[in-house]
Amino acid sequence: MPKRTGAQIIWECLVNEGVTTVFGYPGGAILPAYDAILDYPTIQHVLVRHEQGAAHMADGYARASGQVGVAIATSGPGATNLVTGIATAMMDSSPVVCITGQVPSKLIGYDAFQETDITGITLPITKHNYLVTRVEDIMPTIKEAFHLAKSGRPGPVLVDITKDAQQASIEWEWDPKPVKIRGYRPSRPVTSAQLSKATELIRASKRPVILAGQGVIQSNGMKELIAFAELLNAPIAMTLLGLGGVPASHRLNLGMMGMHGEAWVNHAIQGADLLMAFGMRFDDRVTGNTKTYAPHARKLHVDIDPSEINKNVTADAAIVGDLRETLKDLIEVLEPADHTPWLEHIESMKGDAAVRDIQTLPDTGHLYAAHVINDIWRITEGKAIVVTDVGQHQMWEAQYYHHETPRSLITSGGLGTMGFALPAAIGAKMACPDAEVWVIVGDGGFQMTQAELTTAAQEGIKINVAIINNGYLGMVRQWQEFFYERRYSSTPLRSPDFVKIADAHGLAGFRVEKRGDVEDVVQRARSTDGTILIDFRVEQEDSVYPMVPAGADLDAMIRRPEPSVLAETGADPI
Amino acid sequence: MHHTLVALVEDKPGVLNRVANLVRRRAFNIESLTVGRTAEPGVSRMTIVIDSDQASAERVTAYLYKLVNVLQVEDLGAVPAVARDLALVKVAVAGHDRATLLRVVDETRAHIVDTGEQTMTLEITGEPPHVDAVIARLEPLGIVEMVRTGQVAMRRGDTALSAAQYS
Repeated sequence: MPKRTGAQIIWECLVNEGVTTVFGYPGGAILPAYDAILDYPTIQHVLVRHEQGAAHMADGYARASGQVGVAIATSGPGATNLVTGIATAMMDSSPVVCITGQVPSKLIGYDAFQETDITGITLPITKHNYLVTRVEDIMPTIKEAFHLAKSGRPGPVLVDITKDAQQASIEWEWDPKPVKIRGYRPSRPVTSAQLSKATELIRASKRPVILAGQGVIQSNGMKELIAFAELLNAPIAMTLLGLGGVPASHRLNLGMMGMHGEAWVNHAIQGADLLMAFGMRFDDRVTGNTKTYAPHARKLHVDIDPSEINKNVTADAAIVGDLRETLKDLIEVLEPADHTPWLEHIESMKGDAAVRDIQTLPDTGHLYAAHVINDIWRITEGKAIVVTDVGQHQMWEAQYYHHETPRSLITSGGLGTMGFALPAAIGAKMACPDAEVWVIVGDGGFQMTQAELTTAAQEGIKINVAIINNGYLGMVRQWQEFFYERRYSSTPLRSPDFVKIADAHGLAGFRVEKRGDVEDVVQRARSTDGTILIDFRVEQEDSVYPMVPAGADLDAMIRRPEPSVLAETGADPI
Repeated sequence: MHHTLVALVEDKPGVLNRVANLVRRRAFNIESLTVGRTAEPGVSRMTIVIDSDQASAERVTAYLYKLVNVLQVEDLGAVPAVARDLALVKVAVAGHDRATLLRVVDETRAHIVDTGEQTMTLEITGEPPHVDAVIARLEPLGIVEMVRTGQVAMRRGDTALSAAQYS
């Protein structure tokens, strides 16, 4: 057997796990690994500008491709800078492996330079983590980390490797045996008792609604879900992370549910007699007040993670297992049903919603974010991968960019991490180099991780960054408007000249202030080489409607104002 | 309300921290937590007594299973179980009648495990309420120092909790 250093073993393992791209930042305790990577040319290393960017890039890579994303950092501050990215991946069940250097094992516990207890810090925000102090343990640990990250309910795994373990050598060869972890059961077989209880509920239902979450995409169960919905002729409401799991244009797809879902979607849920929750977790942004949530409905919950059952909403029947397999089993035993009267009732609940929609607002000279996002959707024919940040623009994206394919919307749902979009988009582009990638980001969130624009420039990749610039931390401002008497505390935001920022990076930048200019600039951006940045100066005090206030009943939403009101309240564009 | 959970876990560094952290995150108060070996190599057994209702105990059980190092969890709140607690109590012997102390020892099935010039150390074993009761009787005599192990528990009958299926 050849002799290998621990540092070499790290990269050998990554090569064997199929890794071709890693995102990272070097430093003292990870130097042996950074020296060894030069001998592994199949692995491309993307040098980030801050380790948070590395974690988000690995996350974006994972979400776009379904493959494990890898982030590398040194000990101490390098490792702690990963934390926000790891927590983001944890909340959204994204398969990420983080490898961090650690001070030499004999110095652990002595407050050595750049020492931090990163396994202790990340304990509640990783699916699992490891401290490796012996070179012999590197391979088995990395193999376990990849297995854990991608199997069952995916999630981030951190492997902290001491410098001396990286430097030590052993006789080594790759062990191709599959990983077996004693207490880990990533999925379990569905029992016939579970299935028959589920089919009993489904057959008894007259007003069913399917709630489709990210589990549909992660189990690769898109086709099965559509077949299931068509078999029953049952409508589908989507979670934010579920968008794209069912084509937006499908006749049974109602659209997004929850806090900023359309009124008829939430009314359908509140009026349903059966909710079939598939790969979703009844997040509080989806349910509103759980005490009054879907009061007439029995709940069938299918999830791969048993701890989700009965967590937020009590299930009348539950199936723990792979969603795709479960749907196949259900399709096999169920007979076709027809819920046309129920579908017609939901359709009738749309009422005057279309009239109030900002899309029907005549061009007043003002630029609305919804117009920008809808135009980008139209111009890209809905085929781009869109990576959003967090806030108003994120909700407008969910409402006005209609996703037809899975993994085409990448967004921080659970943790709601501002600064996610730009680095995650770089990761997504590295995973899908042929895809058209758009970043939709607010002026606030963009400035949180703006440094990664240099990373995009250095890597020579093309992504299109649309800054929805309203001069406010918009969603917080909206809450201050609705719930804090318009006392705008610390939400007005001054930004640099974004066109000059682009220029300083050697990138093309554009500014758009009128709706009439959107199409032309978006097209120019698409046909311009390299990453481009567009500063969309949108209406400053626009709000996202409808809105269910946090903790309120799901059908107690604030509706869109009448079109006339909207047109009049528009402040002067900046 | 006290609730007793038993967990078989892998004998690896940090497992106790993972379990304690999980309970802490949900803000349950741990009444007692004991860890020890089992008959199976590489497997430790934890007895966790938490102050919670049945629904919360079920949540904790579900979350315990998410920990990679946790093999099996049994909720002893729902089944007949044997529970034992052990206390070592150092009692002052000066200033009162030694015979009173010896009578308490005799009546409560406590054992004298050490005697000093000023104190006597007793071992008390039994169901936790029994240990509580003995300690209550010793208190007027003057407890100088006390330690309790916390509860260990096991299901009654032939059903055995084993990690054999995970070997």
